[in-house]
Amino acid sequence: MTADLAVVGAGPAGLAAATTAAGLGLDVTLVDAGARAGGQIHRHAADDPPPRPVRRAARERRVTHLAAHHVWTVVPDGDTWLLHAVVGPDEAPATVRARAVLLATGAYERQLPFPGWTLPGVVGAGGAQAMLKSGGVLPGRRVVVAGSGPLLLAVATTLAAAGARVPALVEAADYRAYARHTGALLRNPAKLAQGALHGGALLRRTTRLLTRHAVTAAHGTTRVEAVTVTRLDARWRPVPGTGRRVPCDALAVGHGLVPQLELATALGCVTRRTPDGTPALDVDAEQRTCVPGVWAAGETCGVGGEELARTEGEIAAHSVAGSRPPRAAVRRRARLRGFADAMAAAHRPGPGWTDWLDGATEVCRCEEVTAAAIRASVTDLGARDARSVKLLTRAGMGWCQGRTCGPAVARLAGEEPAPDRRPLSCPVPLSQLAQPPGAER
Amino acid sequence: MTPAPFTLTFDGRRITALPGQSVAAALWAAGILAWRTTRHGGAPRGAFCGIGACYDCLATVNGRPNQRACLLPARPGDTVTTQEGTGHDR
Repeated sequence: MTADLAVVGAGPAGLAAATTAAGLGLDVTLVDAGARAGGQIHRHAADDPPPRPVRRAARERRVTHLAAHHVWTVVPDGDTWLLHAVVGPDEAPATVRARAVLLATGAYERQLPFPGWTLPGVVGAGGAQAMLKSGGVLPGRRVVVAGSGPLLLAVATTLAAAGARVPALVEAADYRAYARHTGALLRNPAKLAQGALHGGALLRRTTRLLTRHAVTAAHGTTRVEAVTVTRLDARWRPVPGTGRRVPCDALAVGHGLVPQLELATALGCVTRRTPDGTPALDVDAEQRTCVPGVWAAGETCGVGGEELARTEGEIAAHSVAGSRPPRAAVRRRARLRGFADAMAAAHRPGPGWTDWLDGATEVCRCEEVTAAAIRASVTDLGARDARSVKLLTRAGMGWCQGRTCGPAVARLAGEEPAPDRRPLSCPVPLSQLAQPPGAER
Repeated sequence: MTPAPFTLTFDGRRITALPGQSVAAALWAAGILAWRTTRHGGAPRGAFCGIGACYDCLATVNGRPNQRACLLPARPGDTVTTQEGTGHDR
């Protein structure tokens, strides 16, 4: 069967796109790697009722939801698209055929390494929240939350509500940076002010908010026992002599989000650079990528939060169906994108963070490549970009294919992170790769 | 209705999981943060990104190495063992 539209990713953007397109009469196949629809935002435990957008999609008879399907490549086949997926833990093959494709593959967390960040108990801030939402578990009882970006406030609030003590919320950026974007703030009063006040009130009693500070080291032998929190200057350089030790049994850390682009870049979709230095998909006013027949929505087009993702999904669905996107949605997108750009600029990592690395800090977690080895490949061997560093040191050549260390390696090589180029978006059994073309029919 | 807990083992120790929990969540609930050692340094590792992106949470489950514990649903009677290195060295 050929669907009118295949949507990859069942987060807010994908769900909004699928339901809107179905409402416009299209047959939609919604393909998602997760066991339950909702993406990271609507992640929920198996016995919790699904959030409203997920229930709405489930009610649409024209939406076929394929859960636990990880799409590893999208290829053109005549005038249709063929999506190849591995299904579930047993990695069974599956294909989906569609006339149009909408990529809503979301984002994952950006990590900046520091000494001790490989210790058990140091976890991604988004990761801690994800494990709590779906599994009901905490990495520790006393959890420092650190890094940069608005997600940290949400994470600290969620962890505290679940019973963790959060002694400190450590934010590298200076919130005063938002003052340079008063226009975007005034057009989005609800977004920042209320969010911050709400979270702030909940946290005020037990949590210290430290802006322009960073966790510059985690300490412990078999797991984290304490962290060093250091003041930063405007360029994110640690200020000598300002470090202080904070005891904890877990650290939830993250420095914003990185759009997940590999399916799109493999198709040849053009990217742009967002104000925080991250590549994102370049789309037109109707969410079309530069590849005819391929649309994109949500964090894939630049991190901007749930409401923007939903709006973009809705606009893309109208475009796929050949109807004019609602004017209100187009206006909402412009307003929210303005706010997202202001936020990205405020939390853009300063170049001085590399000063908190010591030579022994593992930058690439998979291949255990140290900062000293990466620096030597630049200073002694002449590497000028992340790709050369990778070839000389294996940084980014391990299981995660540079998803975790990519932005850090690029910075150490003296460049901005390049768009993901991975031919496969997840591990695929050789038996599936070895299938001759057309065998899936 | 409260879902019925079930048991699995980690390195021979019985731990309790809830339906719908991933293997990583079941291990965290039991206070276990590390279930793998790295190939070169032999350093302990566990779940980091929590969403399947980083591959730090690789575990050997029912004899099969390199399973992403944060994505893999825990099942009654699962045998989870600390994965040493590539998991193929034993």
